[in-house]
Amino acid sequence: MDLDLDVTEKNGVAVLAVKGEVDVYTAPRLREKLVELVTQGKHRIVVDLEGVEFLDSTGLGVLVGGLKRVRSHNGDLGLVCTQHRILKVFEITGLTKVFSIHDTVDEAVA
Amino acid sequence: MEGSTAAIELGIPARAEYVALARLVVSSIASSRRDLADDRIDDLKVAVSEACTNAIEAHRKASTTDPVSIVCSETDERFVVAVRDRGAGFDPAMLPEHPPVTDPERLNFERGLGIPLIRTLVDGVEIESSGDGTEVRLIMLCGPADMLDDDMFDTDFEIPDGAQEAAP
Repeated sequence: MDLDLDVTEKNGVAVLAVKGEVDVYTAPRLREKLVELVTQGKHRIVVDLEGVEFLDSTGLGVLVGGLKRVRSHNGDLGLVCTQHRILKVFEITGLTKVFSIHDTVDEAVA
Repeated sequence: MEGSTAAIELGIPARAEYVALARLVVSSIASSRRDLADDRIDDLKVAVSEACTNAIEAHRKASTTDPVSIVCSETDERFVVAVRDRGAGFDPAMLPEHPPVTDPERLNFERGLGIPLIRTLVDGVEIESSGDGTEVRLIMLCGPADMLDDDMFDTDFEIPDGAQEAAP
């Protein structure tokens, strides 16, 4: 199972595009990438989840950890997601109130 | 238990890379055999992933190399996925509560969302846990998928001469 992670920069924000399935097997790679970005001094991050086919609570936990990490540097971590099946797990766990979730990358980095 | 029952059992090594396989197999069985909409199949996939993730973690903590067992069974009215581990067990009533999402402390909780997600995504959850392991049963209320109509096989086509003799 593949998880593709691609980092670009837009308006001074690190945009991390995630493609594939995020679960207990692949989530550690997402965590490492987020830690790496914060270590590089990138404290404004947008995680683009439009290419994500599956995400469970392990993936949610990694994103919560990333948000905590950037906030400790007065930064922020936003999400891009319009897929109902992915948004559903955020809604059930109440995390739609914790993350700012946008329809497009342009909107997220504005 | 109502109606006829059938069961399919899958044993997976208790390792993270096999959770995707468990999701794939269970969702394939459910979508081919049961009358479930695509979004309900997605719900079941997440629930299976959560249950298997917990089972694998239980085996890691218990240092056991036993496989995790996944049993799909069905009746006329329900599809049930039982995920069984041989870990040390837990008390479902003692699961920690998360602070409300508006509380900054909420960000200190990266784990423990699995069981609440399962409870919301499937129609019923039964958890039996003891010192010998845990069984989580995920219940989806649904009928069987529409089977091929028997009339489809009442065809009038002619069997070519000699075809019946072709078989040994």
